[in-house]
Amino acid sequence: MTIKGSAYIVGAYEHPLRKAPHKSTSLLHLECALGAARDAGISLKDIDGYFCDADVPGLGPLAMVDYMGLKLKHFDSTESGGSSYLLHVSHAAQAIAAGKCNIALITMAGRPRSELAAKKAESPYIGPEGDWETPYDAGLVHMYAMCAMRHMHEYGTTAEQLAWIKVAASHHASHNPNAMLRNVVTVDDVLNSPMIASPLHRLDCCVISDGGGALIVTRPEIARSLKRPLVRVLGAGEAIKGQDGGNVDLTYSAGVWSGQRAFEEAGVTPADIDYASIYDSFTITVLMQLEDLGFCEKGKGGAFVADGQLISGVGKLPINTDGGGLCNNHPAHRGGIIKIIEAVRQLRGEAHPALQVQNCGLALAHGTGGPLGSRHGSATLIMERV
Amino acid sequence: MSAHTVSAEADTPNLFEEFSQSLAQGTFLLRWCKSCDRPHWYPRHICPFCIESETEWRESAGEGTIYSVSVSKKEGGAHVVAYVTLSDQVTILTSVVTDQPETLHIGQKVRVCRDQTLSGLPLFEVCDPR
Repeated sequence: MTIKGSAYIVGAYEHPLRKAPHKSTSLLHLECALGAARDAGISLKDIDGYFCDADVPGLGPLAMVDYMGLKLKHFDSTESGGSSYLLHVSHAAQAIAAGKCNIALITMAGRPRSELAAKKAESPYIGPEGDWETPYDAGLVHMYAMCAMRHMHEYGTTAEQLAWIKVAASHHASHNPNAMLRNVVTVDDVLNSPMIASPLHRLDCCVISDGGGALIVTRPEIARSLKRPLVRVLGAGEAIKGQDGGNVDLTYSAGVWSGQRAFEEAGVTPADIDYASIYDSFTITVLMQLEDLGFCEKGKGGAFVADGQLISGVGKLPINTDGGGLCNNHPAHRGGIIKIIEAVRQLRGEAHPALQVQNCGLALAHGTGGPLGSRHGSATLIMERV
Repeated sequence: MSAHTVSAEADTPNLFEEFSQSLAQGTFLLRWCKSCDRPHWYPRHICPFCIESETEWRESAGEGTIYSVSVSKKEGGAHVVAYVTLSDQVTILTSVVTDQPETLHIGQKVRVCRDQTLSGLPLFEVCDPR
């Protein structure tokens, strides 16, 4: 069985707020759900499948489904950190192809910016490695920084090359009125920002924001009955990479596997992709994923991203035209859904006119959830305009 | 012969306690597979490579090189996080104790501190710091 062509993304909504001290996380979910349903031209009463991460308020999806008043035939709360929502689209397509549901809703939301003062973000995600790792207090940023350090050592990648990824994001965000950081920055701005965890500077790191997003996925005949431009799911892949019993190799991510699976299912190659949303929790995340997905050779990511090559209308591969997690939005420390939403905008021709990719027919969205340097989940999604 | 069978609850060793007690006495242990003869990290009762065989402790020299490292600031000094590849060919998440954190680099030779541990876990120090 393949999901190729079995499902369409018919609704997409990104919450406009970046700070929401007076809205509950549950209300943000519901506002996103309503926004996506309105975008699709359906009612939430039409939803019969629901997909969310394990970070939603309540036990799995139970409380959110009850709160929103959904009447479902199918639900799924696959958790893979910030890449969860790419998996949810794939799993929704599978469920639709299997006849388990007809119209699936995916929501995510969070308020880490408003809650930052109230509670320090402690990771509740401790596995059997806890006794052996927790005392070292390795933060998420260290786990990406060590990948960057190794990449520099093995391939000669430079801090300047990483900085170009942020520069491209800032160019895109300058066109997005909702973006958290709208000022265009230079390579020097990145290099002169404080070192957070060597070799990553503050401007190598994504923003912390409140907000959320939602998607509606449905079967082809329902999609064709709606009035929105058609965005068809062509292929998807998922993979987990860990420490492999101590065979640690920080030079690649699970994207090498998820990407290959998605491209095979879609029957296309990286050279065919017109626009890509590439998860940008940190600049190094983008660089490694571009290599792992096959947009360039392993080790050549530094040259690939330098000199504005990721800026829409300027370089060879436009990515994250909303400004990405680096400048626009990273709700709940999870950016995967925004990656899909901007890819849908590009395929519909609804991105900002200054950044819209001409004749955008094929788009990819890719995410890495969890710490890149220890245990992470990668997910790749390929979509086409019909 | 070494295939794992579910043992009585009371016979299951607490690997963390055994490791920590041994480390406190100056011996750095690694868990090896009795069947495929490979070490792994973090220590497990069942080999993560075979996924069926039992494991046992073997002494390690506790020497290796820095595979990767990142340093951040924390109150009162530097916070060092590193992966160290031991001479046993297994890479472990750890930290390196040093008063010159800015000089730490990939490929640097390190060894387990004999007189300092962190919550039962090993810390490393640079061999021949210059």
